[in-house]
Amino acid sequence: MKDTLLRRLGPALLGGCFAFSFTVGAKSEELRIGYLAPTTGIFAQVGKDMVDGFRMYLEERKNKLGGADIKFIVEDEQGKPDTAVTKAKKLILQDKVHMIVGGLLASTGYALAPVSTSEKVLYVNPIAAADDLTQRDFAKYPFHVRTGWTSSQPSHPFGQWACEQGYKRIVAVGADYAFGYEVVGGFQRAFEACGGQIVQKIWPPLGTKDFGPYIPTIRADADAIFSLMVGPMSLQFPKQLSGAGNKKPVIGGGTSYDEFVLPAMGDEVLGHVSALQYSAALDTPKNAAFVKAYRTKYGKVPSYYSESNYTTAQMIEAVMAQNKGKFPGAETFIKQLVALKVDAVRGPVSFDDMRNPVHNIYVKKVEKKQMFGYNKPELWNTVIKTYPNVGQFGQFKKDEFLKTPVYNRDFPPCKFCK
Amino acid sequence: MHSESLKILLVVGALAAIAVVVPNTNSFLILLATRALAFAILVMSVDILLGYTGLPSLGQAAYLGVGAYMTAILATKYQFGLGYDFWLVVVFGILGGAALAAVFGLLAIRASGVYFLMITLALGQCVWGLAYRWNSLTGGDNGINLRERPKFGLDLSNEVTFFYVVFACFAVSLLLMYTLVRSPFGRSLAGIRERELRMKILGYNTWLHKYIAFIIAGAFGGLSGVLWAHTAGIVSPENVVLTTSVDALLMAVLGGAGTLIGGVIGSFIVFGLREYLSTIVPWWQYVLGIVYILTILYLPTGLMGIPERIRQRRASAQRRNDAKKLAPAAS
Repeated sequence: MKDTLLRRLGPALLGGCFAFSFTVGAKSEELRIGYLAPTTGIFAQVGKDMVDGFRMYLEERKNKLGGADIKFIVEDEQGKPDTAVTKAKKLILQDKVHMIVGGLLASTGYALAPVSTSEKVLYVNPIAAADDLTQRDFAKYPFHVRTGWTSSQPSHPFGQWACEQGYKRIVAVGADYAFGYEVVGGFQRAFEACGGQIVQKIWPPLGTKDFGPYIPTIRADADAIFSLMVGPMSLQFPKQLSGAGNKKPVIGGGTSYDEFVLPAMGDEVLGHVSALQYSAALDTPKNAAFVKAYRTKYGKVPSYYSESNYTTAQMIEAVMAQNKGKFPGAETFIKQLVALKVDAVRGPVSFDDMRNPVHNIYVKKVEKKQMFGYNKPELWNTVIKTYPNVGQFGQFKKDEFLKTPVYNRDFPPCKFCK
Repeated sequence: MHSESLKILLVVGALAAIAVVVPNTNSFLILLATRALAFAILVMSVDILLGYTGLPSLGQAAYLGVGAYMTAILATKYQFGLGYDFWLVVVFGILGGAALAAVFGLLAIRASGVYFLMITLALGQCVWGLAYRWNSLTGGDNGINLRERPKFGLDLSNEVTFFYVVFACFAVSLLLMYTLVRSPFGRSLAGIRERELRMKILGYNTWLHKYIAFIIAGAFGGLSGVLWAHTAGIVSPENVVLTTSVDALLMAVLGGAGTLIGGVIGSFIVFGLREYLSTIVPWWQYVLGIVYILTILYLPTGLMGIPERIRQRRASAQRRNDAKKLAPAAS
């Protein structure tokens, strides 16, 4: 009798034990991620690329990162710094998020970083590239970590590349705002350090559509033109430049030719060269898979906005996996995050001691060709040279670099202009 | 007279309700209410010009900008205004706004109507240009961060305390502006709005009256800027850009121009839709657009015009009824 009872109850008890332990194992922590991107207004399309990149990684992982269930809350920062602050506070105070991710514009980055300091909440910054967030103001923002790039980071190796091409005298044309100053400034410092000369700097206002007044003033004795454009400016400038009969080689900052603008460009940009930490034409199996999956899902080639956010999700996953799905607190999280060595879509990424990524910088040339088995010839940013493991100070010494002011309209001074 | 005191009672009651209810809601709503109140001061200053003097200003953000940038620059470069001297900054902000308005007014008051609109727009864009391009002072596109709020016995970094300070400033501003528009001077402004020529013939120096109204509006704009800077914690060219001026003007029209309190309602509605509704639904912009369109189509006098319209409808219905009653008797 006793035997039969045990025999009967045994499996049930055993099953019960399993079921119990199973429910314990399945009950995982929730990680709340507050995501800020412009989803309305003039930057809405860029914002979509950002959100899509992050969301794609989440969906690939079935909404779990490193064992934690993800609650992903997107808020519209409308491309305005003070709206970003309000929305960040909403996410922190009302939704009690563990971290804030996102922010597009440099000014938004500058607005969000102090919020992270005062609220003691992690701010993971995949896009906002303002140099000083991880340079001269680094100490003010202990809860800020950058997973994207600093504006001048690709410019430092690119300046050297320009020297190697034999360019001696270059005219810089850059959008007239902080991001433009930083990209152009980094290029000038590097180019002049290896013997080149920036002989003219032209600053058309942000959003310029008619470059008519600027193009004719470009000096005829220059060897090449360096451009830094963003958004619609990127489309207009090369078009009007070639319309004006330009024969000089054109090179530029990453946003002048990134995949966000490239599909809308024409043959006038063929042969133009730019530098960035990502190219959709990067010929690695990892990137090929990423581009194909992204394109199938969202109907367009991923831009660095997408890649940076995809990789950010990957980094968050790596840290959460180390902690078995339990959020370890902002301070520990940030320490573990910057200790990571990630094999990302853009290539290997690690961090420097100022919480900024160290990664490859790709020098890319616009070419018309077929890639990844797509049957139509399209414009791609073919990588022609890779500078491995470039930090934000590039070839310069950190201490000396930090003693100089942040790049601005007048720094570095234009010694060779007349 | 009776209805006037009833209105005042209503407004005081509503404000008291805000002061009691808001601090008991969650911190995000407190933040939003603080923002709406700080901005409402600017909207009321627009209303002084638009609703009472008949001068549609499209450059009012400039005065908010002066107050805000002054606060931010003093706080970050000179560590000034982070203790009791906060109140000095408030005074400076008011004087700064007034001073700028005194300069701009010389140029703008010559014109009226659309021309006034254009001139104020241009002047406002000048301030935006300065904020955007004068990198060494304003931080250019990146703006200026205020890392802390003032502390003087009261700790303003506490959102509730700060809400009360902004609320107090707002209430005082409302009271002052209300007194102003009910004063003989305010009446003269209304006279100018209705018919300037007539006021001239009556012997008023209408230019001077408009000029003074313009300066007063600028002063309140400056005050609004000081509060705004500490509310948002960041001052950037975005605060001075044309859309901020347009926002202020739209809020005044939405609530009802020439009522002061209408601007406050407008401010709360727009902030509510833009910053609260946008956290709930992605199509908040359509709601905002529809609200604007409906107001312009059906309520040209703004939301504050609703009671008046109801009264008119009732009165006309009454008249029709009376006519009906009379009709059989006549036949």
